[in-house]
Amino acid sequence: MTAVAPQAETEGHLVEFDSVKLSFKGVVAVNQVSFHVDSGELFSIIGPNGAGKTSIFNCLSGLYKPQEGDIRWRGESILKLKPFQIAELGMGRTFQNIELFEHMTVLENLMTGRHIRMKGGVLANLVFAGKTKTEEIENRAKVEDIIDFLEIERWRKFPVGMMPYGMQKRVELGRALAMEPDLLLLDEPVAGMNLEETEDMARFILDIREELGITMILVEHDMALVMDIADRVMVLDFGQKIADGTPAEVQKNPDVIRAYLGEEFASDDLKEVERELEGDAIEAAEGS
Amino acid sequence: MRGRPNLYTSYEDEQKILPTVTQRVTMGAFLLATVTVPFSVVPGLRFLGTPGWLQILNVMLVFLVAALGLNILIGFAGQVSLGHAFFMAVGAYTAAVLAGSPTQALWGLELPLWFALPIAGLAAAAVGIVVAPTAVRVRGLYLAIVTLGLVFIGAHIFRNWNQVTGVPELGRDWGPLQLALWDIDGPALRFDKDGDWFGVFVSAEGKTFLFMLVVAVGFVVLSKNLARSRLGRSFAAIRDRDIAAEVMGVSEVKAKTQAFAISSFYAGVGGALYATVVGALQPEIWNLFLSVEFVAIILIGGAGTTAGVVLGAIFVQTLPRIVENTTAFLEVQVETQGWFAPIADLIIRTDGADLGIVSTVNNGPGLSVAQANGLLFGLFIVLFLIFEPLGLYGVWLRIRNYWKGWPFTY
Ligand SMILES: Nc1ncnc2c1ncn2[C@@H]1O[C@H](COP(=O)(O)OP(=O)(O)O)[C@@H](O)[C@H]1O
Ligand SMILES: [Mg+2]
Repeated sequence: MTAVAPQAETEGHLVEFDSVKLSFKGVVAVNQVSFHVDSGELFSIIGPNGAGKTSIFNCLSGLYKPQEGDIRWRGESILKLKPFQIAELGMGRTFQNIELFEHMTVLENLMTGRHIRMKGGVLANLVFAGKTKTEEIENRAKVEDIIDFLEIERWRKFPVGMMPYGMQKRVELGRALAMEPDLLLLDEPVAGMNLEETEDMARFILDIREELGITMILVEHDMALVMDIADRVMVLDFGQKIADGTPAEVQKNPDVIRAYLGEEFASDDLKEVERELEGDAIEAAEGS
Repeated sequence: MRGRPNLYTSYEDEQKILPTVTQRVTMGAFLLATVTVPFSVVPGLRFLGTPGWLQILNVMLVFLVAALGLNILIGFAGQVSLGHAFFMAVGAYTAAVLAGSPTQALWGLELPLWFALPIAGLAAAAVGIVVAPTAVRVRGLYLAIVTLGLVFIGAHIFRNWNQVTGVPELGRDWGPLQLALWDIDGPALRFDKDGDWFGVFVSAEGKTFLFMLVVAVGFVVLSKNLARSRLGRSFAAIRDRDIAAEVMGVSEVKAKTQAFAISSFYAGVGGALYATVVGALQPEIWNLFLSVEFVAIILIGGAGTTAGVVLGAIFVQTLPRIVENTTAFLEVQVETQGWFAPIADLIIRTDGADLGIVSTVNNGPGLSVAQANGLLFGLFIVLFLIFEPLGLYGVWLRIRNYWKGWPFTY
């Protein structure tokens, strides 16, 4: 807002969320939340249902316009940009409730992810002459790499609407990867998945980070997964940030435990809950 | 490769419109058979070579061109428009003024058709671009209603702008179907007169058919190209999930504008060709019914697929012929008390005392033949929407898949 952040602090931050407030007719979905993500990080946002996690993503991708605060991409405000312009900057995402193009095949969905990386205009595409042809082939090769990476070869020509839920989630991740984003927003990528599917997804997320080096913000409900793979975690409750730090720090925070498990656990059972959480984390680690 | 029809060895092979040898051979044979229609050589198809049938086929091809355009808008981009007749009219009257002959009451510049036709398309596209932003604000049925408004505004303009449209209920003539280089009296490839081509006699209708065939095939290819490239995918993305599409970097405004522009271009060229092929048109024909006819072609054929549009155009243009011939046949049956007389009696009504549903006498009670036609269209649309959302294309897929698995059907 008015206070200009010192240059040193701004530098290096890929994305900055600065005192953002978003409300819907009285309901405050995001209340004065600030955080930043640096290149190469795996940042995670957790919190109970309705805490405002998806709303933060929608603000980042330009679908919601916050009433207060600022959102900066490499130091420049993106509040005035349309969602497609933010995508062009290099922000890709998946959705909590699958938002695939259901009448298209897996290939076409992934090729649509390449939209921002392609140029073909009206005339070139109608005529499908040399330029469009090469562009299609080149981008098809990129998409094939992603298909290999996500192990969805046999679904290639399938209309996504007819695929099982877990596979659709994977395709949606693929579509976002096809954009070759600098920042990838994952909204509950393992929600509704069974253990095996969850482990696969966790493996993909780690691979994306290690092999592709893509910065990620992971919104999750599943504490264990987050504690296991995130570099830094922010905890939200009722639209407010109640804690942030490394997974270990956050786990010890009494506010976090209170938010997750209710008031009565806060004092006496704290140690037990902590053990439980760690146990989950170990389980997930063994799985992947 | 021949042994495994679905194995592609390169992405280039795979992106082709007709990826397999079988498909290429089949399409080649089909096109060859179509080209010979005016010469009445293929047994079983000879009757199509008569001027009457050729004229029907010509109008069918014109409708195909315009319907392909509407399919880009409705089928690809998911924007339901009832304004197609209006965009066709814009193209038709642009061509009329550019290529038509002037009289005291009419504007006409007598420019060659090869020039007027693309300009007609571009004029309609320009109007489409103006209308497109509305499609971003209103969606679904509301867009259908707004675009319907265009048809009514158009009706008003065309009724009153007589220098362009001619007298109400009479209309005006369009320039002849000929490809003169520049001067209309200069060397020209004429499609509107009987005559010899390379020593072979071709009727005017036959020549028009060949011209229309080339144009229609061209537009089919353009539509196919669109479907398999970046733009077509962005349209489909907006159709399926507009919000997700934006987040993937597809601008909704841009995609809808492009869809309207391309669709209107098709409509404009289609409208100009319609008028040129038919020769003269009243200003009243660019009405809601015409728009609905195109929606029918797309829904019956199968929205979104180019092959479906081809099937739909054939179906919708032959249905009136079938209805006409059937009523004529039934009428004869009633009159001569033939085999089918009892059934025929139930269906048609030759005088006031009769019981039938369809009346063959003018202004008789019951439905007229034209109304029966409209009713059948409606019925087919509803049936396809309920039972086969993929339209005739879906029916064809079923048949093909049946034979693919034969004799091991499951
Ligand atoms: N489009 C919207 N209109 C009205 N309220 C909304 C909208 N989106 C989110 N909210 C409200 O904002 C709050 C946060 O929701 P959300 O961001 O979806 O939470 P989470 O993703 O953490 O479960 C909820 O109370 C929700 O009802
Ligand atoms: Mg959510």
